[in-house]
Amino acid sequence: MKILVTVKEVATVEDEFEIDGTEIADQYLGADLNEWDDYAVEEAVQLQEAGVADEVVTVTIGPEDCEQTIRQALAKGADRAVRVWDDSLEGVDLLDVNAKTEILSAVVEEEDPDLVLTGVQAGDDSFGATGVALAEEIGYQWGAVVNHLEHEFDGDTASVRRELEGGVEELTDIELPAALTIQTGINEPRYASLRGIRQAQRKELDVKSLADLGVDESAVDSDLELTDMYEPESESDVTVWEGSADETAAELGELLRDKGVAQ
Amino acid sequence: MSDVLAVTDHRRGDLRDVSYEIITAGRQLADDTGGDLHLAVISGPVDNFAEKLNREGVDAIHTVSHGEEFNHDVYTQTITQLYDELAPQYILTPNSVNGLDYAPAVANELDLPVVTDTIDLSANGETLTATREMYGGKVETTNELEGDAVVTIRGAEWPTAEGTGDAAVEAFDADIDEDAIGSTVNGFEEVGGGDVDISEADVLVSVGRGIEEEDNLELIHDLADALDATVSSSRPIVDNGWLPKNRQVGQSGKVVTPDVYIAIGISGAVQHVAGMKGSDTIVAINTDPNAPIMDIADYAIHDDLFDVVPALTDQFQ
Repeated sequence: MKILVTVKEVATVEDEFEIDGTEIADQYLGADLNEWDDYAVEEAVQLQEAGVADEVVTVTIGPEDCEQTIRQALAKGADRAVRVWDDSLEGVDLLDVNAKTEILSAVVEEEDPDLVLTGVQAGDDSFGATGVALAEEIGYQWGAVVNHLEHEFDGDTASVRRELEGGVEELTDIELPAALTIQTGINEPRYASLRGIRQAQRKELDVKSLADLGVDESAVDSDLELTDMYEPESESDVTVWEGSADETAAELGELLRDKGVAQ
Repeated sequence: MSDVLAVTDHRRGDLRDVSYEIITAGRQLADDTGGDLHLAVISGPVDNFAEKLNREGVDAIHTVSHGEEFNHDVYTQTITQLYDELAPQYILTPNSVNGLDYAPAVANELDLPVVTDTIDLSANGETLTATREMYGGKVETTNELEGDAVVTIRGAEWPTAEGTGDAAVEAFDADIDEDAIGSTVNGFEEVGGGDVDISEADVLVSVGRGIEEEDNLELIHDLADALDATVSSSRPIVDNGWLPKNRQVGQSGKVVTPDVYIAIGISGAVQHVAGMKGSDTIVAINTDPNAPIMDIADYAIHDDLFDVVPALTDQFQ
C-alpha cells in the first residue's frame, strides 16, 4: 500500500503581535509543521512499520523556505517528498480550498496512492475542508475527523473511528482508496531521531511547478478575498488581579473561600 | 432575489442545537438576498424533525427519508440534487464534524467556493461577506466572495430560532445511487467512562498546554487535592496521554457546568470554550493577557502558573 500525506508548514503567531493590512506583520510570525499533519505523518509511518504500507510520500504546497519542515516529516520516517511551488503561487495571501484541491489532486493522480492522509485542519487558516474536497475531486472515498484507524485492513476496507462532538465516536468502514482527515490524539507523534534527521537529508525531495503537474495557473485564483484582519474585540468584563504571585494567589484564595470551595 | 438552503444536523434520533441556530443564520442571509429560506432534513425520523424545525422564518422544509443516521454520500447526493432543483444562492451547513464530512464535497461537486467556520455573515447583491477566525482565534478576518457558495457556520454563534412557522413540508425524492456509497456506519461509542464524571463536579481545576510537561501535572493534582476539586483538562493534555479521555472538556469531550472553573495554562480555543462557558465562575491563570480565555473569564491572573499555583495550594494545605 502506498500512502500520500499532505504536510503543510503553518505560520505561528507570538502572543503579542501587530497586523499589517490583511496579514500579521512578519516579525511576529514563526513557522512549524501543522500540528494535525504531524499526527497524519505519524499514522502513515506506523502503518509502514506495521508492514501495511510499502511507501509513505509527503506532499507540500510551499516555497523553498518550508523544506526544513518537510525534512522534519522525512526525519520521522516518510520515504520521500514532493513540494509544489512556482511564481504564480508567490504573493497569494489566501490559497483557498478549491486551489489546494486542484493542485493536490494533480499530485494524487501522479502518485496514485491507496490512502491519502491529511490533517483535519491547518493551524493558521483553519478551513478544515481540503481533505474531503480532495477526495471528492479524485473519486476516492473519505472520512473526516478520524481519531482511530485499525492497522489491520480487511481487504479493501479501512475501519476508522470518527470523533463526533460530546464524547461520542462513530465506528465506520470506508472502502479504499480513501482520503482520511486525521485528528490530533490518534497517536503520539515521535520526535525525529538524530539518525532520522541525518537520513532525511539524503531523501528525495522533488520540486514541481504547476506546469509540471499539468495544472493551469488560473487554479490559484482564489474565489475568496481576504478584505480585513483585526484583533477580536473583547466583550469581557474580567477582573484582573495584579501583583506578585503570592498576592494574586491570595486574591484567588479569598474568592474560593467566599464561594465555599475550601476552608 | 435568491434563496438560501440550510442543512440540519441530527444524531441518534435527536436534532442538534445547531439545527435551530442555522435557521436564524439562514433567515438573516435570506433577508439580505430577499429570498426564501429552505431547510433540508436528511435521514432519521424526518417528519418528526420537520415538525420541530417548522419555526418562524422558515419558508420550506424538504425531507429526505433515507436510513437512520448520517451518511456523507447520501447527504452529498441529496444536497447537490436540491441545489439543482431549487437553485439557491447559498448552501448553509453546520461546521460540525458531520458538516465538515460533506460540505467540502458538495462544494467541489458543484464547483462552488466553500468558506468554513463562519461566525458572521451578510450578503449584498452577489457579494457575500463572511467573518471567520484564523490562528486559533487570535485574529478575525472578513472575507468576500461573489456568486453562489457553500458556507459552514460555527455552532452557538447565532441564537436558536423560536416561534411556530408555517413552512410547506415536502418529501424530496432524491435519487440516491447506492453503488456510490462507499462508507458504512457500524455504530457509536461513548468515550472515556472510568471513575470520574467531570460533568458532575462542583469545582474543576482544569489544565492546558501551559503545563508543558507531564511531570508538572503534580502541581495541578496537589491543588485539586487541597481544594477537594476534580481535575479536568483541555484537548492537548488528553492527546498527549497525560490524562484519560473522560477528563477532556470541550466540543469533542464533555460539557461541564461547575460552580467554579479554574483554567490553568489554557488559552481557550473555541472548541474548549464550547464545553465550559456555562460554568458559574471562571478563573483564568495564563501569562498571555490576550488569550481567548480572558474573554469569558470572570477573574484572571496574568502570571506564570508555576508561581501562582503553588502559592495557591499553600494557602489550603
